[in-house]
Amino acid sequence: MRGRSGTGWRQALAGLAVRTGPDAPSPGRRTVPVPVRRDGSGRPRHRRGEQPMVPEAEFSSYYGRPVIKEPVWEPADVAGYLFTGGLAGASSVLAAGAQLSGYRQLARVGKIGALGAISLSVAALVHDLGRPERFGNMLRVFKPSSPLSVGSWLLTGYGPMAGAAAVSEVTGLLPGAGLAATLGAGLLGPGVATYTAALICDTAVPAWHAGYREMPYVFAGSAASAAGGLGLLAVHPADAEPARRLAVLGAAVELVAKRQLLARLGSLAEPYEAGTTGTILRLAEFLTAGALAGAVLGRNSRFVSALSGASLVAASAMTRFGIFEAGMASARDPKYTIVPQRARSGGNE
Amino acid sequence: MSADPAARAGYRDHPPRIGFFTDTSICIGCKACEVACKEWNAVPEDGLSLTGMSYDNTVGLGASTWRHVAFVEQPARPGEGLRWLMASDVCKHCTEAACLDVCPTGALFRTEFGTVVVQDDVCNGCGYCVPACPFGVIGRREQDGQAHKCTLCYDRLGAGLEPACAKACPTDSIQFGPLDELRERAQLRVQDLRAAGQDQARLYLNDPDDGIGGGGAFFLLLDEPEVYGLPPDPVVTTRDLPGKWRHAARAAAGLAATVIALGLGRRK
Repeated sequence: MRGRSGTGWRQALAGLAVRTGPDAPSPGRRTVPVPVRRDGSGRPRHRRGEQPMVPEAEFSSYYGRPVIKEPVWEPADVAGYLFTGGLAGASSVLAAGAQLSGYRQLARVGKIGALGAISLSVAALVHDLGRPERFGNMLRVFKPSSPLSVGSWLLTGYGPMAGAAAVSEVTGLLPGAGLAATLGAGLLGPGVATYTAALICDTAVPAWHAGYREMPYVFAGSAASAAGGLGLLAVHPADAEPARRLAVLGAAVELVAKRQLLARLGSLAEPYEAGTTGTILRLAEFLTAGALAGAVLGRNSRFVSALSGASLVAASAMTRFGIFEAGMASARDPKYTIVPQRARSGGNE
Repeated sequence: MSADPAARAGYRDHPPRIGFFTDTSICIGCKACEVACKEWNAVPEDGLSLTGMSYDNTVGLGASTWRHVAFVEQPARPGEGLRWLMASDVCKHCTEAACLDVCPTGALFRTEFGTVVVQDDVCNGCGYCVPACPFGVIGRREQDGQAHKCTLCYDRLGAGLEPACAKACPTDSIQFGPLDELRERAQLRVQDLRAAGQDQARLYLNDPDDGIGGGGAFFLLLDEPEVYGLPPDPVVTTRDLPGKWRHAARAAAGLAATVIALGLGRRK
């Protein structure tokens, strides 16, 4: 087995020529260093549009066609599903914490927010199926090898509890069962918020798969900051101390984890940093950092707290869309598939 | 990981694992495999356009293309002009198949022959298999919203027939049979080619120790895999799934632990 641990592919993506070694280039291919060949025909292709952020590594592809298929998922459905699932799961954690510490109004917001968000999340998941009427087939089997199977079962347990907690809260019926449902949803909520990270990373999409170690922490942080943000938005700061803590903690974790994610990815971070996706993710980071400061410094101001809360919710949504789009971009360009693989296999066949 | 995927899937007394050996050195680019596959499997038309990619107007594998002949025009040795490579691509029927692993409904399953097949009446079109495949083989069809790919003619195998593409191939570039036999034959063929001066000849996905545990369909290529649109070192994405679950569980535990922080400073 060849070594797969290394940093080799990162260096290669950062601009080293990959085609080295006695048997690498086929006749006639190696003699033209610039411009880089990007297709199997041997014709040079000029890169259009913006300048690449790293020097192009030399590699071959089949007419520049992608090696893997990009996901068939609609961004609004699946990025929305990632965002609302996180918001719901962390809102249930907030609701449980608020209930235990006597913040009744905040607990109420958490429960209603969780039910609303998880309803949207499941609706998006079903809507994105090619055969929505067969959604029930998700529960035909339980497969730990499929994060979507595990997630479907998790949602099956979590959804009704989140629903019962909210209904009991609003109607005042069965308070004992409502408390149990609140705690149950609070227990499963974190799983709902993070399994989606395992889901997208368990693919051949280079920019997702290579980040599987950090992605769950980005998702957990983003979910917590969104749920805390919703609390700050809806409840007077004097009655929203747990939401403030969750928001600050979540935002801080998200900012750090996202930095670590990009550092891990090395040059595979390019799809997260380039173009519109890069702008969206930088804006989300800026909003999160600003809201973090606002939530800490503006704790006595209803307006500043609400503004910070709204910013955190928006930033969380933007982060999920950005991560989704970065993955799509990395699937479309064969460079991100071929160069890391070529580098880890040592340039040999 | 067991080299016998059918046994791993729970079959006892199953037939030997079968597969394809596609020897691209004798492919003439006739596309009879593409046509035979479409005809036998009633795969719908999926676009008629001219791409300018040599003689390849099929472009790549997908929900409605289960055989794809690639055409590569490249400079040959100095003074020899053009070299024209042709290669018929197909689902690899991986020993460790990511599409099968991630399928949440069990629509994708392992057959007694060791191949990987989608059950049309179960697939709900979630699309997870599509980005899971390291080769971009499987796709979701617009018309019915479901995932489709090569079945290695599961229906024909059951009747003791060879797959339609192999049957139609006029040069035996596509060879079909028990995988063990195919691997031996391929080894001899690549040795012959190298002895004859084809120093670029190499086998692709024939090694049970590679990132997918070896392909049930494997290839003899005359250049690097990426030249034909194939990944040079594919690894099944679920190989590090335990690590993914571990990190997801840690992150979830961290989020759950914030309840404690939230509960501090309890009100009256």
